[in-house]
Amino acid sequence: MKMNGADAVLRSLEAEGVEVMFGLPGGAILPLYDAIARGTTVRHVLARHEQGAGHMAEGYARASGRVGVAVATSGPGATNLVTPIADAWMDSTPLVCITGQVRSFLIGTDAFQECDITGITIPIVKHSWLVQDVEELPHVIKAAFHVASTGRCGPVLVDIPRDVQEAELDFSYPSEVSLPGWKPPRRGNARQIVAAAKAVAAAERPILYVGGGVLNAHATDELLTLAEAARLPVVTTLMAKSAFPESHDLHMGWPGMHGPKWSNWALNKADVVIAVGARFDDRVTGKLSAFAPGATVVHLDIDAAEISKIRHADVPVVGPLKPVLAELAKTVAAEVVPGRTDAWLRQIAEWREQFPLRYSSEGPMLKPQRVLESLQELTAGRDDVVWTTGVGQHQMWAMQYISCDRPRTFISSGGLGTMGYGIPAAIGAKAARPDATVICVDGDGCFQMTSQELATAALEDLPIVVVIVNNGYLGMVRQWQDMFFEERFSQIKLTHALPDYAALARAYGALGFTAETPEELEEALAEAVASGRTCVVDARVDPREHCFPMIPAGAAAVDVVEYEDSEVPVA
Amino acid sequence: MKHTIAILLENKPGALTRVTSMFARRGYNIDSLAVGPTERHDVSRITLRVDCEMHSLEQIEKQIHKLVNVLRVTELVPGESLERELALLKVSASPSARAELIALGEVFNARIADLGPDSIVFELTGSPEEVDSFEELVRPHGLQELVRTGRIGLTRATRSPRGRTSQHALV
Repeated sequence: MKMNGADAVLRSLEAEGVEVMFGLPGGAILPLYDAIARGTTVRHVLARHEQGAGHMAEGYARASGRVGVAVATSGPGATNLVTPIADAWMDSTPLVCITGQVRSFLIGTDAFQECDITGITIPIVKHSWLVQDVEELPHVIKAAFHVASTGRCGPVLVDIPRDVQEAELDFSYPSEVSLPGWKPPRRGNARQIVAAAKAVAAAERPILYVGGGVLNAHATDELLTLAEAARLPVVTTLMAKSAFPESHDLHMGWPGMHGPKWSNWALNKADVVIAVGARFDDRVTGKLSAFAPGATVVHLDIDAAEISKIRHADVPVVGPLKPVLAELAKTVAAEVVPGRTDAWLRQIAEWREQFPLRYSSEGPMLKPQRVLESLQELTAGRDDVVWTTGVGQHQMWAMQYISCDRPRTFISSGGLGTMGYGIPAAIGAKAARPDATVICVDGDGCFQMTSQELATAALEDLPIVVVIVNNGYLGMVRQWQDMFFEERFSQIKLTHALPDYAALARAYGALGFTAETPEELEEALAEAVASGRTCVVDARVDPREHCFPMIPAGAAAVDVVEYEDSEVPVA
Repeated sequence: MKHTIAILLENKPGALTRVTSMFARRGYNIDSLAVGPTERHDVSRITLRVDCEMHSLEQIEKQIHKLVNVLRVTELVPGESLERELALLKVSASPSARAELIALGEVFNARIADLGPDSIVFELTGSPEEVDSFEELVRPHGLQELVRTGRIGLTRATRSPRGRTSQHALV
């Protein structure tokens, strides 16, 4: 069928089953937006900033398990996508970014809004294409979705010059991709799986160290089967939160810098660590030489380059986690001695009793931890809540206090640590899960980085609840300056009251609440969650509260600093 | 330790940049790099020299292999492969020194590519070590300009044609 390149892009997205794209038009992408005006089954959500569009696409991808699509124009539109692309790269989020480019004959002339976006993004994409011939377009889009979603997931970029969007082609969507250099593993090595099963069955103190790869692989059921088959304790990283039901008696919390002491002890005192779609990030391991010393490491991952990158893998298994975990569960079930891990599970349970999360509710101000506890109480038992967060103290408290039982219900920026991720990611998650209540736990610093997207939430009928854990500071920076820079506070004061967040929310057509006491907080949260509208709850909390436990950067993970070990200075 | 890596990649715009950018991003320094066509018109071959530990080499191989345009990554193991380099050397050559320089060139099978009133341009193909030796020997005469292609390499005809393929295929 004859059509122009822009129409071909839309027909290709439709053929890929894309439900929604997030974007913002501009000069070099005008033909594509003209095609959108002529009609498509793909919903377009108009963001207020391309960074917002990119994080929305990420939130959509993480909540749905499908590929997210973001669209922007050339030059500044494309560079505004760089942060979401880097974020998706670090967290292995499948993303297809489509950018307009100046006309082919203008490329290289420093034309208006020209920028070499394929060049800029080389280190942070799985692959990218600058489409030079309209006939290639359907093949490129097909390949883009294939690369983004196979092997280790991640972002790709398709840059389309304006004249290519306008050129005519005879469209047909290819049924197969031709990528001779792209061969992600399709199964795990059977002998390696047997070796892994033997190591697991022989272990006295085994632990499953689960990363975000399990969610990308849609392998949460298989993980549960494996854990239950051998009664293996499970710790989930920030990226894997919600990959294993947190109310399950085998869930042992979250390892890493702000994980509970008992979680870090469980991981670090294990004799066999089974890493599943996890990458031994420095925020999880702490001082590497002191991380799980002496433990045998079984490492299951789809990405061969993660094997022995940071920690030597004694038994590596490279392959897609869904079949690998299923096969491993079957093999382990046949080998395992019932009751073998009972003593170990009891030991972890003892640590759990011994080292609970703690904070002091003393003082006149609302405590930030209390905000998260209230949210957890309010939503307990509900299976239709999706959480997103910004980055900082509030994010770590959310990890500690919010309990998630269903996959894909906790969406946070892990590897890149992108402040401002929460609001747009929540909007994207709402587009993926219109039935769900989407709650963004945000910080006051994060909120101010992407709050313009409240307009998108209000006008696109994608209502979200934003709860600002507002301590009037860049709280995590404050904590580090306090603990490691001798309390020399430098450029961190934002103030509790400027802007007036509730008034700002109302300016965007949302409901705004301000809470300074536990009673006001509970009332506001209940009303916000029940309203079905976009809401901002400004919870003004005590800025002196630090996030504990904490493994200081570079320290051994077992040397966790706990609340009561610290002297909280009064600023 | 130095390693020579051969990379077969699709002859597509930007493919070379993706490979070199990966080295920069992961903090590995490239000693030399030669790229050119192969027996297949749509495939290019990079021969690349890098100084790193064995553990880093495995990382490099796996990271490169993940690039969509890359078809194969092979380490060229010394003894199992041939390595050659082409050099052009412009050497000061007064009439009195010419005879000695030409004799030196003959020992190394260096061709005289050009001859001027005060200088000679030698063209030398050989193992990188031979090129090093020749360079050292002519330097005292006044080495005006030197250019080397960087090494290219193939596995020997007497060995398996693929050399040691990267570890990722094995795990």
